[in-house]
Amino acid sequence: MPTSATVAITLNGEPYDLAAERTAAELVEALGLTGRRIAMEINEEIVPRSQLSATRLEAGDRVEIVHAIGGG
Amino acid sequence: MTLLQDTPFTVAGRTFASRLLVGTGKYKDFDETAQAIAASEANIVTFAVRRTNLGQEAGAPNLLDVIPPSRYTLLPNTAGCYTAKDAVRTCRLARELLDGHNLVKLEVLGDDTTLYPNVVETLKAAETLLADGFDVMVYTSDDPIVARELEAMGCCAIMPLGSLIGSGHGIQNPHNVRLIVEQSQVPVLVDAGIGTASDAAMAMELGCDGVLLNTAIAHAREPQRMARAMKLAVEAGREAFLAGRMPRRQSADPSSPFAGRING
Repeated sequence: MPTSATVAITLNGEPYDLAAERTAAELVEALGLTGRRIAMEINEEIVPRSQLSATRLEAGDRVEIVHAIGGG
Repeated sequence: MTLLQDTPFTVAGRTFASRLLVGTGKYKDFDETAQAIAASEANIVTFAVRRTNLGQEAGAPNLLDVIPPSRYTLLPNTAGCYTAKDAVRTCRLARELLDGHNLVKLEVLGDDTTLYPNVVETLKAAETLLADGFDVMVYTSDDPIVARELEAMGCCAIMPLGSLIGSGHGIQNPHNVRLIVEQSQVPVLVDAGIGTASDAAMAMELGCDGVLLNTAIAHAREPQRMARAMKLAVEAGREAFLAGRMPRRQSADPSSPFAGRING
C-alpha cells in the first residue's frame, strides 16, 4: 500500500509510486536514466529536456518515457 | 570516360548521396545492425520509438550509439501506430529525442494482419504534423489519388508500398507506382515489400527517387552481403532509368549484322 508520503502515477502504462521524487528530473534520476537519450511525455504533452527539473509530478499523472529502438 | 551526372536526391531541402534508405529492425544484435547499415552505404536510417525498459542497467547499449545522429540522418518511424493521435504523439516524442530534428516517416497502420496503411488516419496525422512544422515522408497505399492528396497537403516524400510490409513480395502493382511517379513533384520511394535486389532495381527503373527497406536485408542469410546487393541494385536501377531502356519488340533483332556472312 502506498504510504501518505508516496504519490501514485502511471509510468509507461504501469502503476508506479513515487517515493521522494517530485520532479520529472528526479524521476529520471531514480530510474537510472540520467544522461541517456530519452524523451518524456506527461499526460500526452512533451516535457522538453530543459524543463525536466522545473516540471513537478502530480498524483495521477500519466508519464511516458521512450527511447529509440530498431525499426523500419 | 565521360562522367555521367545525376541530379542529387533531395528530400525537404536536404541532399543525400544514397537513394537507399534502410531500417534497423529485426537484426539479431547491434553488431549485425551496424555492419549491415554500413555495408548499405545508406545515409537515411529509420528507427522506432518505444517505451524505455525500466530497470535496465545504466550502461546498456542504445541504438543511437550504434547509428549515431552525427553520421546518419535518423528517420523516426511511427510504425505500430494505428491512430492519427498516436502517430502524432510518437513524432513529437521523436523530435524531442533527436533535439528538434523534424524529418519523420509517418506510417499509420490499418490492422495487424496486413499492416496495410490506414489512409484516413494517415491523412489526419499528416495534417496535424505539417501544421506543427514536421517534414513528413509518408507511407501510403499505391493509390495515385491518395498520393496526390498527400502531396497537395505538403508531404515531402510519397512512399507507396510495393507489397505488404515484411512480405518480400516485391512490387505487386508497378503500373500504380509508375502513375504516382509520373504525377508527383516530390520524391517517390517504394517503401515495404522489397524482397531481393531485383525488386529494388525495379523500383528505381520505374522512376522512383529511392527505396526504403528493412527485412530484405535483416532476414537475408548474410545481411551484410544483401545490404551491399541493395546498394548496387538501387544504383543499377537508377542508371537504367536514366539511360532509358530499349523498346520491347515482338520479334528477334540480331545483334550481329547480316551482311558479310560466309554462308550461301
